[in-house]
Amino acid sequence: MLTIKNLHVNVGDKPILKGINLQINPGEIHAIMGPNGSGKSTLAHILSGKSGYTVTAGSVAYNNKDLIDMAPEIRAREGVFLAFQYPVEIPGVSNIYLLKAALNAIRKHQGLSEVDAMDFLTLVKGKVRLLEMDEKFLYRAVNEGFSGGEKKRNEILQMAILEPRLCILDETDSGLDIDALKIVSEGVNSLRSPDRSFVMVTHYQRLLDYIKPDFVHVLANGQIVKSGGPELALELEEKGYSWLESDQVAA
Amino acid sequence: MSASTQEINNLINQDYKQGFVTVLETETFAPGLDEEVIHRLSKVKNEPEFMLEYRLKAFRHWQTMRSPEWAFVKFDPIDYQAISYYSAPKRKEDGPKSLDEIDPQVLEAYKKLGIPLDEQERLAGVAVDAVFDSVSVATTFKGKLKDAGVIFCPISEALRDHPDLIKQYLGSVVPHTDNYFAALNAAVFTDGSFVYIPKGVRCPMELSTYFRINAANTGQFERTLIIADEGSHVSYLEGCTAPMRDENQLHAAVVELVAMKDATIKYSTVQNWYPGDKEGKGGIYNFVTKRADCRGDNSKVSWTQVETGSAITWKYPSCILTGDNAVGEFYSVALTNNYQQADTGTKMIHIGKNTRSTIISKGISAGKGQNTYRGLVKVLKSAAYARNYTQCDSLLVGDKCGAHTFPYVEVKQPSAQVEHEATTSKISEDQLFFCQQRGLSAEDAVSMIVNGFCKAVFKELPMEFAVEAQALLGLSLEGSVG
Repeated sequence: MLTIKNLHVNVGDKPILKGINLQINPGEIHAIMGPNGSGKSTLAHILSGKSGYTVTAGSVAYNNKDLIDMAPEIRAREGVFLAFQYPVEIPGVSNIYLLKAALNAIRKHQGLSEVDAMDFLTLVKGKVRLLEMDEKFLYRAVNEGFSGGEKKRNEILQMAILEPRLCILDETDSGLDIDALKIVSEGVNSLRSPDRSFVMVTHYQRLLDYIKPDFVHVLANGQIVKSGGPELALELEEKGYSWLESDQVAA
Repeated sequence: MSASTQEINNLINQDYKQGFVTVLETETFAPGLDEEVIHRLSKVKNEPEFMLEYRLKAFRHWQTMRSPEWAFVKFDPIDYQAISYYSAPKRKEDGPKSLDEIDPQVLEAYKKLGIPLDEQERLAGVAVDAVFDSVSVATTFKGKLKDAGVIFCPISEALRDHPDLIKQYLGSVVPHTDNYFAALNAAVFTDGSFVYIPKGVRCPMELSTYFRINAANTGQFERTLIIADEGSHVSYLEGCTAPMRDENQLHAAVVELVAMKDATIKYSTVQNWYPGDKEGKGGIYNFVTKRADCRGDNSKVSWTQVETGSAITWKYPSCILTGDNAVGEFYSVALTNNYQQADTGTKMIHIGKNTRSTIISKGISAGKGQNTYRGLVKVLKSAAYARNYTQCDSLLVGDKCGAHTFPYVEVKQPSAQVEHEATTSKISEDQLFFCQQRGLSAEDAVSMIVNGFCKAVFKELPMEFAVEAQALLGLSLEGSVG
């Protein structure tokens, strides 16, 4: 589904990612861990098409297409979804309006007709219940006045409705209390399927207690310095990141 | 990649869809303004003697005045002798009695604008007065309105048919001495709409006037007078467009509203005059005086305006809250793109006891547009327990535009309560990227964000026009991001 080869990315003149290689197959969950400033969020941003980054070498293929060449809205319509670390507020635009506009933009891209208003409402209400959200959320302005937990839940709601193929979760656990973390995790788990893949960017291991990854990669100084199974996350929890960073320097 | 600020700035260009010219045989005065022109104007419109005197008085006063310079707008001095003060499609005899007699080209022009004058095709429940250059060419649903006792006709017709009402009310809210452009308008106004709603009548349909400037080198000076007698209710909407021309054209209108005891007037404007091209060449100078007198107790006037057009907008729809418990409202969306300039806002003058006013202003600047809110809230000594709430928000699209706010507050009554809130925000790259990451194009995203920003105002517009206003806003911002 996603093949990242020797990816080098700069912000201005400053290299942030220095040769990332990663293969993600359908149905897999990959956790990207690492200390602050290691390039985790840059990876999430470059995959989803945020501006301000320059690819200086390497390639990213998504379903055999060049992902870097695609405009962000095309990536979204092709099934790439970013759950934001800091979801933005859009005053005056209701959640349900945004959801419908987004779903229809994606359906149009796929050659499908616009969703019927009644069908849409049924779909949305089902997902709202799944995430234990109040239906009133749908009619409030996008993220305006939402608590941190509500914003993150709202991201997962959008994910549930838009049904992407590749979900990128950027520090989704940050700012969540344990109850909210559980609900968000259950939402993500309910979306697991053999043809949907996840990239979870996280600083802490605790998210991985709730969403079991197939692979864990440690990013340090713009490179993946170690990959392994879920047990690697536990090791990190115990030892911290410094032993890997110093390893890299030694290497 | 998503839109960067640079790209947002680069992509501001839009097509003005109403920019066509209708080729017509017209009767047009040679450019120039003196007392002789006013005599001719009054004569060609077959006006009663008192109107000629009114016009001359206004003209003489205007000559003693100077063009105001306090607004936050820049333009070269206007040569008033280079403007033609009358242009009308050639008529057969006394003017059209039915649609069959109107020049088919004029009908076609309105059709193109989406305003079919044929009553069968018209939106049910909306009566239209169509003003083409200097004259009203058609008023629909006159019969149905007459049954309800409502008078809705071109003001030139009202001058002849209802001189008593005109004498009593014309200039009673905006006197000819009020300001430079109001004085000019009083001297040379050509047409506009006249509305009278009798006591206790709820006007059975929306009333609407559609102003179209077509001829080159002419000014449009329209005059609208709406009187809502005791306990009556009316909702009125005006729309405006003009062809694309390289030279600036002047539109100096005066609108007067009078609300008697327990009466309500809702006045909505969707202004889309030609804004000039991307380099700021051409476009309409929209210098307008709009004022309402809430004369009776418990009267209410609500102004809603969506201003997307014009090279320069200079306009302050105001309410004089004379009666006790009178209510004044002002809801405004003003958008400036490219080199457009807007200096707009309102005046709320509290005179009666327990008078209340609400001001919601949303200014959007894109391109190199300059957008100014200027508002006065004045509470006189007599206005015990008066209340005002003002909310004034500005949204910037790109980084070459400007937003300015000049609120004036004068309170002479200690029991009054006045609130003012203001915000300035920018469409952030993060908001755009978020929307794009959900599958929306950058343009749809901007349009959605702007519409969200304007929601509090749009909900005040009559249903069918709210849809039109949203579409217009989308259009005016077309290409403002990439």
